[in-house]
Amino acid sequence: MVFFFQNLVNALQWGSFYALIALGYSMVYGILMLFNFAHGDIFMVGAYIGFGVATGITALASFGAIALPNWLILVLTIIISMFLTSFVGILVERLGYRPLREAPRASAAITGLMIGIILETGNLALLGAKRVRFPSLIETSTYNIGGVFVTNKKIMIVVVSLLLMFALHQFVRRTKWGMAMRAMAFDYVVVPLMGVPINTIAAMTFAIGSALAAAAGILFGVAYPVLDPYMGIVFGWKAFVAAILGGRGSILGATLAGFLLGFIEIFVAMIFPSTLRDLIAYSIILLILAFRPHGFFGEPYSARLRL
Amino acid sequence: MLLSVKNLRVSYDNIRALHGVDFQIGEGEIVCIIGANGAGKSTTLRAISRMVPVEEGTEMTFMDQDLLQYSADKVVSKLGISHVPEGRRLFGNLTIMENLKLATFARKDKEKIKEDLERVFDIFPRLEERKPQKSGTLSGGEQQMLAIGRAFMSGRKIMLLDEPSMGLAPLLMLSMFDALKELNKEGATILLVEQNARMALQFAQRGYVLESGSLVLEGSSEELLANPEVKNAYLGG
Repeated sequence: MVFFFQNLVNALQWGSFYALIALGYSMVYGILMLFNFAHGDIFMVGAYIGFGVATGITALASFGAIALPNWLILVLTIIISMFLTSFVGILVERLGYRPLREAPRASAAITGLMIGIILETGNLALLGAKRVRFPSLIETSTYNIGGVFVTNKKIMIVVVSLLLMFALHQFVRRTKWGMAMRAMAFDYVVVPLMGVPINTIAAMTFAIGSALAAAAGILFGVAYPVLDPYMGIVFGWKAFVAAILGGRGSILGATLAGFLLGFIEIFVAMIFPSTLRDLIAYSIILLILAFRPHGFFGEPYSARLRL
Repeated sequence: MLLSVKNLRVSYDNIRALHGVDFQIGEGEIVCIIGANGAGKSTTLRAISRMVPVEEGTEMTFMDQDLLQYSADKVVSKLGISHVPEGRRLFGNLTIMENLKLATFARKDKEKIKEDLERVFDIFPRLEERKPQKSGTLSGGEQQMLAIGRAFMSGRKIMLLDEPSMGLAPLLMLSMFDALKELNKEGATILLVEQNARMALQFAQRGYVLESGSLVLEGSSEELLANPEVKNAYLGG
């Protein structure tokens, strides 16, 4: 039992990463019918921006001789990096996708792949091939809860992720922008007739998704402090799987599927040798998809593409 | 003139759908465009709400503003032109209340929005009863009410209605036209396009006849109803 709970904690942590990234995929897919394959790399960019911001704040604080507590530096890093990364998302939408709004979907898909490659190699050109260490802002302390070892970092990662997901859910349910996003997911072409500027809503969707990916990147950096330019690729694929498994445009679906992925991976590794982890985990997910080809939830939508 | 359209030309994939259409609508009028399926009625409305590109030489003004300077969402939010599209196109995943609220996305006049909402619920009490329900659960008649209510909320200077009677039982159709008359009294000018020519002409004050992308006839509703060509082609002889 203790063994089970120990793995549960780990699964929650990995699920948090996947779910946060999957949300950005899912929102863009739901609203613009577009797979943003650059999204995994936005996660990477977010982690690097987080690295830069954290290093910058630390340097500034020591330069000005202000004693900023490390937790405050981390909170500031998350907020500022989310903000900055959202502009990367807006730029990707504006330069990469908006010109292709009416183009065949395949063109938009390769655009994502190309932007991904540009972000990876751009990072390489900018910072060189050596890996970057995310500053260790919080000391790890471990708590023993009835035999289950939990670190403060894991608790923080899961709590911050859940808070962000809850905030997103409230935003989409309660604000007029969220309402416009849901309307676009249902019937994109009619939305301008409501006086809603769809370009603004599209840009906002990219901004929010990118901000969440940045948060995931920083939280990942806190847990696993070595960053490299290609770290977003596998994360991107897996989060994409979670987004589709969750159902088209469903926030709840993407969140649950993200956590499910974390659970399956961790529990497979608990039973089988860890080298077989992804082999078995993704075979299981393939099987789930065979039974639920539309994913778990999936928002309804009108299939009419013209007015 | 509230709305003035001159030499309106639209093509889809190099096939011309409208060959230079001219018409004008004054404030407070109820005007209809009748015509067969494929005559270009819907395209005319889409051009006014800037949902389809128009060709060089087209002139459209609304309250002396150049309509072509406005994007589709600004036509609604800045000029007050609302459009009930063919097939209503409600957001089935949103509640009735949300459908109405979304239409006020760009509006800042909170007090007036409240008043307008009350007005919509006065005219369509069914919508108020069912406001927390998803609009996808409404019957056809209720959906049409919501589509009209939504258009009224988004901008009330002129309402463009694309086949509002489609799919409605005769009694529902009558009550819908009554409701539209109410909204017209509230200050909404109405331009509707209809295949159901008799119904449309009985409701409107005047009308135009559109045939294969060109306006071929115009006149008061009485004149058109009495016109032998119109009788033959559109009123079933």
